[in-house]
Amino acid sequence: MSTTSTVSTAPVKDGAQLSATAAAKSAVRRRTALVWAGRIGLAVFVIGGWQAFTTWGIVDKFFFGQPSGIAQRLVDLFRHGTEFGSFYSNIWTTIQEALVGFALGAVTGVIFGVALGRSRFLADVLGPYIKMVNAIPRIVLGSIFIVAFGIGVLPKILLAAVLVFFIVFFNAFQGVREVDRNILANTKVLGASQMQIIRHVTVPSALTWIIASLHSAFGFAIVGALVGEVLGAQSGLGLVIKTAQNNFDPNGVFATMLVISVIVLGAEWLIGKLEHRLLSWRPPAPSEASSTI
Amino acid sequence: MASRNDVAAGPLAEKIGRDSARVEISGLTKRFLTPAGEVFTALQDVSFTVEPGQFCAVVGPTGCGKSTTLSLVSGLDRPSEGSVKVGGREVNGVTDGVSFMFQSDALLPWKTVLGNVLMGPVFRQVPKQQAQTAARDWLRRVGLTGFEDRYPHQLSGGMRKRVAMAAALINEPKILIMDEPFGALDVQTKAIMSTELLGLWEQIRPSVIFITHDLDEAVALADRVVVMTSSPGSVKAVFDIDLPRPRGSVQEIRFQPRFIELQHQIWDSLREEVERAYARTAGGTA
Repeated sequence: MSTTSTVSTAPVKDGAQLSATAAAKSAVRRRTALVWAGRIGLAVFVIGGWQAFTTWGIVDKFFFGQPSGIAQRLVDLFRHGTEFGSFYSNIWTTIQEALVGFALGAVTGVIFGVALGRSRFLADVLGPYIKMVNAIPRIVLGSIFIVAFGIGVLPKILLAAVLVFFIVFFNAFQGVREVDRNILANTKVLGASQMQIIRHVTVPSALTWIIASLHSAFGFAIVGALVGEVLGAQSGLGLVIKTAQNNFDPNGVFATMLVISVIVLGAEWLIGKLEHRLLSWRPPAPSEASSTI
Repeated sequence: MASRNDVAAGPLAEKIGRDSARVEISGLTKRFLTPAGEVFTALQDVSFTVEPGQFCAVVGPTGCGKSTTLSLVSGLDRPSEGSVKVGGREVNGVTDGVSFMFQSDALLPWKTVLGNVLMGPVFRQVPKQQAQTAARDWLRRVGLTGFEDRYPHQLSGGMRKRVAMAAALINEPKILIMDEPFGALDVQTKAIMSTELLGLWEQIRPSVIFITHDLDEAVALADRVVVMTSSPGSVKAVFDIDLPRPRGSVQEIRFQPRFIELQHQIWDSLREEVERAYARTAGGTA
């Protein structure tokens, strides 16, 4: 009795499962299509609205620019360059400053974060000073750097590094403080030296925090480089923006902004890749597993 | 003792130098300063000895300073008074030849199973090739061959305990300290792990200090059971367990009349302490 019934129901069950899978798959496809339609629709609405309002003269394109003008200006910039060298060389200057400043700030941030996180004494001595320096509006330091180091790339690198340092430092410090006490005790009992503890336990543990901070830190590196260039430079996207501003050319400002956001998105993507490699040991977070973004 | 040595892997046990594995705890007192500024005595004049190769279980109510005792023996913490001697030498900082197994996972989540087991040899600067061979051998012994490249989060609780066991035993410790190692496991897994622990222990015969609140587990595994009182922690009684070794399955041994008899004796001693500790916490919350 029982055997015959199982034999007869099995294929039906399989079929039901198959069609259920197909239904689920097509539901997912439908949803993805809907999301993309929404995204594109929003972009068309905003950019199209902007274009329409400026064409109709409701909004003055002299002050607020115009999408078609921005596109034109962008092509123009890439084709004919600027009065201070080709557009590419200006882009490269800014990227260089941001990258070097980012690396410098991140490395010193990690070193200080780990050192202060490991040593209570150092943290107690330096803590108030770091808080004080952190309270200074650091962008203003750019003026000092330019006075001290001229209008070359160095002051921009330093400004970017200072901005990056504090973000990375606070995260590294917190990350080191949150190291699991049991793991620390265990590695000590297994005979690890101070350096081995830092290498095998402290830094990998803090890496989750550090990497998370790098995402926002690169944005700040770019801000540091740009502000430095606006304050005084011979080349760079900040200079391009400043010149466009002085020429009452909002399209030039927007075009350069667009280029900068592409750079930041690219860096973000690279940092994401790095994160994926360095933190491959982490269990997939439930939000990551199910979300489509 | 002699008969027990015959049971164990003779040559290996010989090699370890038996006397260096004696743990003498005498007059151990530990006081802490509470955040409120009061002095809290966690341990008061605790004395007991673990003979070389002996499996010693420590039972007691919660908050009796069991874990404090362990951190003093392993050298992670310093006593306020009294001393711990390992192999005749006073413990002064982390001691060589001691391994620790914690209640919670102390595995590094960013290292693979193999990487975790390799930690001990790597820290002691064992040549890489030799360390790898040893680590793979230990993973085989705990039944985890084929899981070398997994990360801890990809394993079940029982498997993680096996990794921790391999990581603790790969150093071939003279003394193995275990702080409720199987406390977080379900009952069936716990019984299986206990049996496996006994099997591995009989292979290398370290002296063991095993903390648990589970009296059955203590009697089934140990040669000696130390009962502690609560706040301040001190030794109430010491029982020698004369169940024959090898004991085989931990679940089977629970039905032997001698086991039940010993379990009753120790429970009589322990019950009073448990009730006292419970009354205090209940009074505190009321």
